[in-house]
Amino acid sequence: MSSQADAEVLSVRREGEYYHLSFAAPGIADGFRPGHFVAIAVDDAHILRRAFSIRSASTKAGGALQIIVSPKGPGTQWLVRRRPGDILNVIAPLGQPFRLPTAPVACVLVGGGYGVAPLFELASQLRARGSTVDIIVGAGDTARLYGVVEARRVSDAVFVTTDDGSSGERGRVTDPLRRILALGRHKAVYACGPMGMLRAVAEASAEFGAAAQCAVEESMACGVGVCMTCVLPVIGEDGVTRMVRSCTDGPVFFGDRVRWSEVGTVPAGTLGAPEPRDD
Amino acid sequence: MIDPSVTLAGVRFNGPAFTASGCAAAGKELRNYFDLTEIGGVVTKSIMLRPRSGRPTPRMVETPSGMLNSIGLQGPGVESFLANDLAWLRDNGVTAVVSIAGETVDEFGQLARILRNESGIAALEVNISCPNVESRGQVFACDVMSASGVIHQVRRNTNSSVPIFAKLSPDVTSIAEIAVACRNAGADGFSVMNTTLGMAIDTQTLRPILGGVTGGLSGPAIRPLAVRCVWQVHQAVPDAPILGMGGIASGADALQFLAAGASAVEVGTMTFNEPSAPARVQRELLALLEQRGFGSVAEAVGIGHRGGLA
Repeated sequence: MSSQADAEVLSVRREGEYYHLSFAAPGIADGFRPGHFVAIAVDDAHILRRAFSIRSASTKAGGALQIIVSPKGPGTQWLVRRRPGDILNVIAPLGQPFRLPTAPVACVLVGGGYGVAPLFELASQLRARGSTVDIIVGAGDTARLYGVVEARRVSDAVFVTTDDGSSGERGRVTDPLRRILALGRHKAVYACGPMGMLRAVAEASAEFGAAAQCAVEESMACGVGVCMTCVLPVIGEDGVTRMVRSCTDGPVFFGDRVRWSEVGTVPAGTLGAPEPRDD
Repeated sequence: MIDPSVTLAGVRFNGPAFTASGCAAAGKELRNYFDLTEIGGVVTKSIMLRPRSGRPTPRMVETPSGMLNSIGLQGPGVESFLANDLAWLRDNGVTAVVSIAGETVDEFGQLARILRNESGIAALEVNISCPNVESRGQVFACDVMSASGVIHQVRRNTNSSVPIFAKLSPDVTSIAEIAVACRNAGADGFSVMNTTLGMAIDTQTLRPILGGVTGGLSGPAIRPLAVRCVWQVHQAVPDAPILGMGGIASGADALQFLAAGASAVEVGTMTFNEPSAPARVQRELLALLEQRGFGSVAEAVGIGHRGGLA
């Protein structure tokens, strides 16, 4: 169950283009599963919380959570200027986490940019249950790559791609993903990153018959299911497409359920979609 | 201790703060954050006859001290609402104020007829700030004839023991004129106010950001506009109770609305920032009223019109 709490900042550390932020969250940290997110209130001028995928939980200060922040707007820039001892108001853990397989299976984890953040803990949990884990880490360039060293620590194999070839192989995360899936051994794919990447990962996984779970990034106002801003078209078990909330129904969705090419639209036939008009 | 209860159009509510329509879904999602039975009630997201997908994303833009939204009344339709949402509120002892919306005057009447047989509805809030498909999409609340037409239909189809609150739009030349017309058509009270229409443009693409192009502006940015609207409606129809709302973030904000003429308040956008905001605002408001020497919430209502505190 999620709850709201004041959380003391324990550390803020720069990691390349990103910041690693740790805060005390006793009573909240215990409930963390990879894929959960936290909604953090920022300065008074910005009334909406910022949502972050939780990177990890630790036992420090009676239970702490860590996130990775890309300071690309005024709210996140305010956040990375916090210092140890400052208080943040947080709501966590939120959303539906990644589902773990019931039996050991060969897994591929794909992270784009700092989207790799929730995958380290996921990798550790998968390996602890006997699964093997390959991790693909991709970004536009070396500066935006995150967590390659950490990925090596928690996996069986790591593949690195950059769009400009400045690190690893030049190309997209789907290049090594396709090679791995073509071996026919890997049945589960987990992904977190930009929507374009998730779509490509979901399509490649479907092509090779692997089940993909994707943690989406949609802009949210509340994070708790009341505002209806973070919706995307998702096909339900009854075959009907609905505009569903990524905060409470997601952020993790099965890749074959999301109508990726129609995100940002209300596809025809969606429950309650406007009737086509002749006028 | 000051008595927290308020009586609006003959119905008693546990407290002077409510959630605001569209900012609390149907209440359930907020249950982890505060005791929903402690506040005046949950005003549900506007319900329509049929399921509705709402608009494409992006549906939200953050703006200075506020936000724009263009959700487009996404909802499950009245049948699912009754079976799931209203049933949940009833089973959990939560006071429900049901917000209704329609595309035609007749749809409002049909909804009222369906809801007439349901127990557990303390009041109706009539969301007339939606486009009238029979009148080239003009918003009901912006026209005296359409606004009073809807209220008349809803009043005719609702038990007299259930008060109806007309939710007014600030996007009119004279909100007092619309209020008087709604009162004459049978509105017991008013919800003042809905969002005001706004727009934001992406400075990279130079296109509107919202999927719906325009959207409703809410949050503290619109608070002074809302206080003014409450003041004018109370002046025009002093005997009708007003649910005041617009960027309320604290008990002091709520107190402004009471002094301007509101009998109770709704807390909307700030719930996105703090899910327990309605309960906190109510606590702060009651403490402030007590500090100022009021014996009841009602004593403060409209006091600004009577010269304020001595």
